[in-house]
Amino acid sequence: MNLDSLTEQSGEWLRASGPEADIVISCRIRLARNLSSFPFTNRASTHQKAEIEQYLKGRLEKIDFEPRLEYVNLAPLSALDRQLLVERQLISRELANSEGPRGVAFAGSEIISVMVNEEDHVRMQVIRSGFTLDEAWQDADRLDDKLEEKVPYAFNEELGYLTACPTNVGTGMRASVMLHLPALVLTKQIEKVFRALQKINLAVRGLYGEGSRASGDFYQISNQVTLGKSETTIINEIRDVVPNIINYERQARQALTRENHAQVLDRVRRAFGVLKNAAMMTSEETMDLLSSVRLGVNLGLIDDIDIFKVNELFIHTQPAHLQKLLGRQLDSEERNTERARFLRNRLREMDSLN
Amino acid sequence: MHKCERCASPATVHITEVLAEAKFEEHHVCETCYPKYMEDSQTKTGAAITSDAGAELEEALFGQQECPDCGIKFVDFRNSHRLGCSRDYQVFQNELLPLLENIHGETRHCGKTPRRYPQTKLAEAELTQLRQRLKRAVEREDYEEAARLRDQIKTVEDA
Repeated sequence: MNLDSLTEQSGEWLRASGPEADIVISCRIRLARNLSSFPFTNRASTHQKAEIEQYLKGRLEKIDFEPRLEYVNLAPLSALDRQLLVERQLISRELANSEGPRGVAFAGSEIISVMVNEEDHVRMQVIRSGFTLDEAWQDADRLDDKLEEKVPYAFNEELGYLTACPTNVGTGMRASVMLHLPALVLTKQIEKVFRALQKINLAVRGLYGEGSRASGDFYQISNQVTLGKSETTIINEIRDVVPNIINYERQARQALTRENHAQVLDRVRRAFGVLKNAAMMTSEETMDLLSSVRLGVNLGLIDDIDIFKVNELFIHTQPAHLQKLLGRQLDSEERNTERARFLRNRLREMDSLN
Repeated sequence: MHKCERCASPATVHITEVLAEAKFEEHHVCETCYPKYMEDSQTKTGAAITSDAGAELEEALFGQQECPDCGIKFVDFRNSHRLGCSRDYQVFQNELLPLLENIHGETRHCGKTPRRYPQTKLAEAELTQLRQRLKRAVEREDYEEAARLRDQIKTVEDA
């Protein structure tokens, strides 16, 4: 697979399609599975990891599943290429930065990816654009069944699917919904939402998962409990709570345009102005400004750009994507200059189309 | 997750005190506070713990038992927060169950079951054994036996 061609598209999760796509960026289902005749990845020798990889690679490429999955061996890839896959959410940061034989199988559409030798031998995930938890679960369930025809999993009747960390045991499933909540952040109500979610055992994380900051006002909501509840129960609990958060965000957006129209318009136009004119731009500032622009587009305050183009800018301005798009390695200062240039060009292109 | 009732560390020891008239009392403490807790509760109840029971407790607490498959002890899990292999869930069952109860509020799976589960259970036990024999064969440089075992593993895997 030619990784360079990935930058020509934006990836499934940023397609801005599907129900409630103005607020719900994407839904993701992740399943953790292990082979019971091998030690978990952290205790496996390099030789064993190579065996696990060989075993899984062969089966992943052969399973009767559409779309066809193609395996990418991560060990020989450059750090930049691995970072590119992280930014596209095809692999985790942990897998990118770990060592030894490991890889990822994915299809060109980037909806499905299967990591090999992450914390668990198999970590499969399905990401879909918009509020599409059920569809994502159906895909994941189907892929899991197909792989299970070829691969005997570590499973026991009492504890379910056995995982390296007991926080994942049982279903091995993490279901998450990524939301864009700029109005709740602006009106300082986001903390209230967090507290309510924690009370019902749901976790809130930033854009790139565990330990990442919620930059660009993106928040991921996911289940913490994996044992003692069925997959459908876990998914239903999240699916039932998300509409409430969507409503809160919509109410906050309405209140902003009603009561603080001038301030919001000012914020959005300034963000747009800076993005179109700055000479240096960090990735953090880009995320924050694009978040305001995205809000502006959704509120009808800017009609120059479509939301898909904004989503695309979020990913294309990430460090690895930027370097891939420009075709060369850049240090962090060069990146800030090139990022600003890139944003200016893209936004002016969009302007001139009108 | 419970906090230690004597300091702010996460509680790793969970005690149910059996009081008179079938009354129970729950206590949660960390490893550091545990010896002190025992001392205090002995003075309180006047009950003396025999040295045998003490040794048993110590072993349960500091987990000297080793998994025969992956070789980790429970303390290794405490340090790395990762188990070494799927068999650890049986080997350290007593230590893990209260932990699972804390994390998930439940200790019994009620989700999906692999369709081939009954068959794979047998194949897996066999594969684990074959892989161990293969490892030993390679260690003693018996390549003829190793080659034979590899073929056997392949047959079971492809079945």
